[in-house]
Amino acid sequence: MNTTATTINSATHQGTLIVAQAEAPLKTGPRVIDYNDRRTVGDITVPDPKMVCRDVNVYYGENHAIKTVSIDIGNRQVTSLIGPSGCGKSTFLRCLNRMNDTIPGCRVTGEITIDKENIYDKNLDVVQLRARVGMVFQKPNPFPKSIFENIAYGPHIHGLAANKRELGELVETCLIKAGLWEEVKDRLEEAGTGLSGGQQQRLCIARAISVNPEVILMDEPCSALDPIATARIEELMDELRENYAIVIVTHSMQQAARVSQRTAYFHLGDLIEVGDTEQIFTNPQHRLTEDYITGRFG
Amino acid sequence: MAISKDEHIVKRYDQDLTHLRNLVLEMGGLVEDQVNRAMDALDEEDIAEAREVIARDQLINGLEVKADEASISLVALRQPLASDLRLVMSLYKAVTDLERIGDEAERIARMVVHIYDTAVSPPSNKLFRDVLAMAELAKAMLHGALDALARVDADKAIAVAQSDHDLDNQFQDGMRRLITYMMEDPRLIGHAIDVIFMLRSLERIGDHAKNIAEYVIYLVKGKDIRHTALPEPSEQTLQTG
Repeated sequence: MNTTATTINSATHQGTLIVAQAEAPLKTGPRVIDYNDRRTVGDITVPDPKMVCRDVNVYYGENHAIKTVSIDIGNRQVTSLIGPSGCGKSTFLRCLNRMNDTIPGCRVTGEITIDKENIYDKNLDVVQLRARVGMVFQKPNPFPKSIFENIAYGPHIHGLAANKRELGELVETCLIKAGLWEEVKDRLEEAGTGLSGGQQQRLCIARAISVNPEVILMDEPCSALDPIATARIEELMDELRENYAIVIVTHSMQQAARVSQRTAYFHLGDLIEVGDTEQIFTNPQHRLTEDYITGRFG
Repeated sequence: MAISKDEHIVKRYDQDLTHLRNLVLEMGGLVEDQVNRAMDALDEEDIAEAREVIARDQLINGLEVKADEASISLVALRQPLASDLRLVMSLYKAVTDLERIGDEAERIARMVVHIYDTAVSPPSNKLFRDVLAMAELAKAMLHGALDALARVDADKAIAVAQSDHDLDNQFQDGMRRLITYMMEDPRLIGHAIDVIFMLRSLERIGDHAKNIAEYVIYLVKGKDIRHTALPEPSEQTLQTG
């Protein structure tokens, strides 16, 4: 169907692109993809990518958690990673800012670059990388400090503010961007942990953007929130994507459909299919994707 | 493409989809019967049968409302995606076309009553030649479209969509012939106008059947082929989808 569809032959570890022949529509009907075919379907590339991942493998000891995954992360768009539990989507997300480094026995091979710079380069400063690639977790995790200090901490240690006044302005800007300013401006000295769940999560997003990241990773950022708080975060993501590349892991397919422009479907460590979100949710090419998003797969 | 035959984890979801599908197929069967009966009524000059066709249009309208409700509740409660979404949307749109075909059948039946339920002498048979020929093709298209919908058969649907061209040609031919008759004998004009309305109804039935066929192609292939040139069915199209 998709005339620009390309296929990555990941099984051969060559990462070569086999471009499907573009014929007249309808006649091109993609091959009926076998359940057992684990090669990635769809175009893994985007024009002007922020991050490029090629042949990424992750092992937890003997366990092969991510199997030769290649995908581009687009700038100024939301990429959602979906798939059943244990499919490797969170593991893959954590490769993007080397959070897996902290897990003993975890080994990552392949290449991941941000603006063509290899993030697994030995000379790369991981702290600096994690400032460039920020992260928001499933459970809101504000520091046990004041709202102000939650935001100010990162800019302070990264030396992003010259004085108190600049720091104050930066905190305000971040809270405004995260849509939290109006709710907390009169109580910046109160504990961040005293906010509601949704507010805490927006505080964590404000904290993530306070150090001028280029990419924001979100690992199920709304799964602990009610629908209203979820809608606020989703609206926020839509605003933030004008300036950042966002990657979100979500169990809610409706959420992936609502917030993302590109969707990637993982299954047992393989990247099965990637494509425009609209295409994935109306006309997926792989049966595994189809079964998962239509609720036919456990 | 990837249309799974497997059941949903939530069994009730399958029941809801089956319910909608059955409603639409029931409606299709009824509509097809209406068209056949309207044409029979014309052929046999049977006013009672024509009146029955007119009365039965209410049943179709009732089914339209039920099918629309079932579609809306599926979207609201199940949020169908991928092939499920394409199925619901295709059925939802098919319902509209089926209802209109029902209206055309009713229109033809009203014409039958109008023509034969008067003191005026019945029209000469030559006026109806094109109506009967067009009716055969229109009925075949409708049958084919419903069959394609029931079997989720894209190749059958492509064949139906392609035959709309023939029906359009028959319509043009029929109109030309009627104009000739009217010029030869102005006393035929009254009946000829009735016949023009019938030709028009049959041509529309073909259009609606084509629409339904196109929804089936969308359902199977995930590709909207409306307002594009249709490909010839080939070995390749038989193998995909």
